[in-house]
Amino acid sequence: MRIQAAESIRTEDACVHSNLADRPAPTKTAETGVPDGAGANVAAAAPMLSGAEITIQALIDEGVEYVFGYPGGAVLHIYDALFQRGDAIKHVLVRHEQGATHAADGYARATGKCGVCLVTSGPGATNAVTGIATAHLDSIPMVVITGQVPTPVIGSDAFQEVDTVGITRPCVKHNFLVKRLEDLALTIRKAFFIAQSGRPGPVVVDIPKDVTDPNIKVPYVYPRDLSIRSYNPAKRGHLGQIRKAVEAMLDAKRPIFYTGGGAILDDAAAPLTELVRALGFPITSTLMGLGAYPMTDKQFVGMLGMHGTYEANMAMHETDCLIAIGARFDDRVTGKIEHFCPHAEIIHVDVDPSSISKNVKVQVPIVGPVGSVVTDMLGVLRESGGRPDQTALAAWWKQIDEWRSIDCMRYDRSSPMIKPQFAVETLYKVTDGDLFLTSDVGQHQMFAAQFYPFDKPRRWINSGGLGTMGFGLPAAMGVQLGHPDAQVACISGEASILMCIQEMATCKQYSLPIKVVLLNNGYMGMVRQWQEFFYESRYAHSYVDALPDFVALAQSFGHVGMRVEKPDQLEAAMREAFAMKDRFVFLDVIVDPSENVYPMICAGKGHHEMELPPTMSERELA
Amino acid sequence: MRHIISMLVENESGALSRIAGLFSARGYNIESLTVAATDEPSLSRMTLVTRGNDDIVEQIKKQLNKLIDVVKLQDLSEGEHIEREMMLIKLKAAGPDREELKRLTEIFRAKIIDVTEASYIVELTGASRKLDAFIEAAPEGLITEVVRSGPTGILRGAKGLTL
Ligand SMILES: Cc1ncc(C[n+]2csc(CCOP(=O)(O)OP(=O)(O)O)c2C)c(N)n1
Ligand SMILES: [Mg+2]
Repeated sequence: MRIQAAESIRTEDACVHSNLADRPAPTKTAETGVPDGAGANVAAAAPMLSGAEITIQALIDEGVEYVFGYPGGAVLHIYDALFQRGDAIKHVLVRHEQGATHAADGYARATGKCGVCLVTSGPGATNAVTGIATAHLDSIPMVVITGQVPTPVIGSDAFQEVDTVGITRPCVKHNFLVKRLEDLALTIRKAFFIAQSGRPGPVVVDIPKDVTDPNIKVPYVYPRDLSIRSYNPAKRGHLGQIRKAVEAMLDAKRPIFYTGGGAILDDAAAPLTELVRALGFPITSTLMGLGAYPMTDKQFVGMLGMHGTYEANMAMHETDCLIAIGARFDDRVTGKIEHFCPHAEIIHVDVDPSSISKNVKVQVPIVGPVGSVVTDMLGVLRESGGRPDQTALAAWWKQIDEWRSIDCMRYDRSSPMIKPQFAVETLYKVTDGDLFLTSDVGQHQMFAAQFYPFDKPRRWINSGGLGTMGFGLPAAMGVQLGHPDAQVACISGEASILMCIQEMATCKQYSLPIKVVLLNNGYMGMVRQWQEFFYESRYAHSYVDALPDFVALAQSFGHVGMRVEKPDQLEAAMREAFAMKDRFVFLDVIVDPSENVYPMICAGKGHHEMELPPTMSERELA
Repeated sequence: MRHIISMLVENESGALSRIAGLFSARGYNIESLTVAATDEPSLSRMTLVTRGNDDIVEQIKKQLNKLIDVVKLQDLSEGEHIEREMMLIKLKAAGPDREELKRLTEIFRAKIIDVTEASYIVELTGASRKLDAFIEAAPEGLITEVVRSGPTGILRGAKGLTL
């Protein structure tokens, strides 16, 4: 579907684009797309736009609300076109391109829409790479528009030239270099389609500056319907396989659901919850899937994996029927593969066929969007009228409750210092469980996942795949913009927060009332924990020396800063912070520097070989 | 096991690097890769030879299929197929070696396509194993240069790998 007859014409008439603002939305006529060969007709009716104007108009036609960006030479034509369109699209000026990508990513995770970034060539693009890779590993729909040097100088080591398509190739779902103006609108349409369909992911569109030249215009038509012959993501699961899966579930004696980020990405929470409740099976989740099933429900046995609960991991080890939904058997989840689910028949639902049988061989693969497959499972289950073996299920629950009674996440509640676990519990209490919580990476991330039960999807926003420190604060900006009236907090560590601290200025500029809850333990706690366990407490460069005064720092950005050091002051301080509905508040919570995340599966161990937290008497001995 | 994977790929500038990059990024083994145009200008045909156990090859195929530029893919090794590779081999051919090399060329049904007083260039087409065998059989010390195309292949029968 090329837009034909779209020969570029050069016009010296610089006023042409100045009446753009009055132009009626041009694409409503293009609902049915551009049939091949219809180019001549289209050219007559379509408005003439420059590449820069096309870029902006295409975003508007995609329904994009926010663009997170940072200007520079190669995108100046685009910024000028943006300026001319006034309020049709909102641009959020970040303070570092990494911030733009994480903000767009946070927006996408919290709203389910596509995140959009606009950055310049060279350093703009390279600064964006961390955020692109972060989105890639967690399958987040995002379109990143990068400026590029003009086509005639590509390959000449021109000023601010990098091979953006080459650098980002391994960390995008797809990328494009747009060499011809005539291809621009269709390429942007393809980028949004690819980013949001199938297994979502980031798509980079690299646009050389000459392609956005304001003086060269082509007829603009935004193709609505699009098909790409080499790209056909599955739309439904195979019904025969779904029947087989339901039979296996009904035959199971010790079943468990294991859900991942895919259940959230595909908005499968409602049918998933219905199916799990209808069967009465236990359910566990990965770090990325938290909230797809209500975590306060008693069928939820906690997160699994390295810092999962004892009951979830033991159940994984003992299960005879594992129902994996939108999860990818990541090494942080499986522990040592040889020990993984030794007794189970495995059902695996995923929209991406390459996820299936990648790390663990499965018996019932089902390729399809998880929401539709789970809905079909429910249908088949109801139709069959079958019920799981109630006696076996009761025995299974009895066993799980025994594992539960071990209380694997106990911690010292009488400590005179604030325990990070207590801080998260207090956060839950103060926010009534109604919060969008973004996280950075480290112990605080694990404590948040363990101690803040999310009952809804898209509430827990963290970089699970890449584990990107610096993600939390900019991601929270995107979340807050996507949900302007919601409570949004970022839980962080004193090391992580410094990686994107500059975004406090963005928060000020756009009056984003985010609450930063800093669990300040003075260490790169997660690194320190590994050094304590596996390197005989040789704390090589994990002490975060020369920390700023975070309260003063927040204030210098125009925000409210607060510090708490005593457990009995914490709740009041948090309430005070969250009561400031229209202010960004930075809460520096001084926590016990020596606390570790338990339970833990150490490297090379299986689910049944967890380290539990030290008991009271062990603590006294130590 | 050795697999010959044949693909129709969008004739886009980045397609080749995406495929090569996939192999290096995921640590898959790649023995040869050939690319050329087809009768359909928007498509190129790639033939890729790789080795691995069934699980790995299955993953390779899935990952290749996942690339947006890959339109269609077929594992030729799964069916009856024809495999052909071309080799140009430059040999030192002086004195008594000339007769010996001519005989060898005939046995392999190869062609001598360039002759000087001191050398032959032999052209040989066939399955890769046949090319290996020729190299093996050439008298020691006579090979100056070996140029191989890497295998291409096609399924037997009426059905084709088309859109
Ligand atoms: C960009 C980046 N660099 C390094 C790491 C490795 N890393 C993982 S956790 C961590 C320490 C984080 O410290 P802090 O933010 O204080 O959190 P804590 O563990 O103390 O809660 C480090 C360095 C990472 N995940 N990301
Ligand atoms: Mg810390």
